[in-house]
Amino acid sequence: MTDTTVLLPRRSFFAAAGRTTLSAGAVMLLAGCGTRQAAMAADPSADANILNSALGAEQEAIAAYQVGAESGLLSQPVLDLAVQFQGHHKEHADVLAKIVRDLGGQAVEPLASYDFPTDQLKSEADVLRFAAGLEKGAVSAYLGAVPLFAERELAKAAASILGDEAMHWAVLRCALGENPVPVAFVS
Amino acid sequence: MTSGKASLAAAVLLALLAVTAAAAAAPLGDAAPGVAIYERCQACHSLERNRTGPKHCGLLGRPAGGVAGFSYSAALRDSGIVWSKESLERFLEAPLTAVPGTRMGYAGVKDPQERADLIAFLAAAAPCKD
Ligand code: HEC
Repeated sequence: MTDTTVLLPRRSFFAAAGRTTLSAGAVMLLAGCGTRQAAMAADPSADANILNSALGAEQEAIAAYQVGAESGLLSQPVLDLAVQFQGHHKEHADVLAKIVRDLGGQAVEPLASYDFPTDQLKSEADVLRFAAGLEKGAVSAYLGAVPLFAERELAKAAASILGDEAMHWAVLRCALGENPVPVAFVS
Repeated sequence: MTSGKASLAAAVLLALLAVTAAAAAAPLGDAAPGVAIYERCQACHSLERNRTGPKHCGLLGRPAGGVAGFSYSAALRDSGIVWSKESLERFLEAPLTAVPGTRMGYAGVKDPQERADLIAFLAAAAPCKD
């Protein structure tokens, strides 16, 4: 895969999309998971626990996109895309950390350093494949979290993030020239 | 049918039922399809690196909570579990039921064949490099 750009819409599309999605997602999630609802959760500490493991994965994704963005391997519009996806992960992490605190828990902090397989990232396609793997894993992780929440609003919030990660995964696969949506069910 | 033939047929039938029951209890795992099942874990785990979850190289035979340098929940560390095919079978089906209070916020792998393949993959993984 040498020319990934032909498969993607123009750069301006991503810039515009980034602006419009920003607050909408956060507002939707926070509306459903504000302090009042959080206080009513059936088992707040168990829910906070589940959110914290998702938060850890989001923090790693933010760091991974930073590595990708600074690698010098990404051309436009893929670079803009990576930065936009990183922005989504930052929004997810902010919302998750806030809910953990609202539930009376302590939000996990990002690791001091992440041991990424940077020696294996030698081309744009390598970076895209690495990111696609993280996004696919995130979809599975949220799918594994949804049924666990005692508070159903949190299951809804996790499902909302799951949908976003699935879109990232599909677009990254598309950029790699792979079937963007290879299955009818994610697992 | 003579009574001898009838009892032979019954014995064959019973043997077949026993085989089916054993298969239902614990299907044989295959590491090759287990690779794809393990991709579900890759938001938090890898074989070689500690991430949100601990690394999985050298898992079988190790006590739960046994990777040095990874910060585990007290619940998992004090569980007394040693990882074997059987204990993984129980944990991976429903982690939070098997070890209440674990920080692994994941519902589990519910399909017995997928679970067996996943465990076969983990068992076949190369030992840790360090
Ligand atoms: C959302 C993140 C997340 C996902 C997804 C996840 N895990 Fe975990 N896993 C963890 C965390 C965190 C721990 C440490 C738990 C503790 O300390 O209670 C852990 C612990 C474990 C352990 C115990 C290891 C040890 O050293 O004692 C095993 C085994 C395990 N996970 C297997 C899996 C498998 C297999 C999958 C995929 C089907 C998976 N996990 C998916 C986060 C995750």
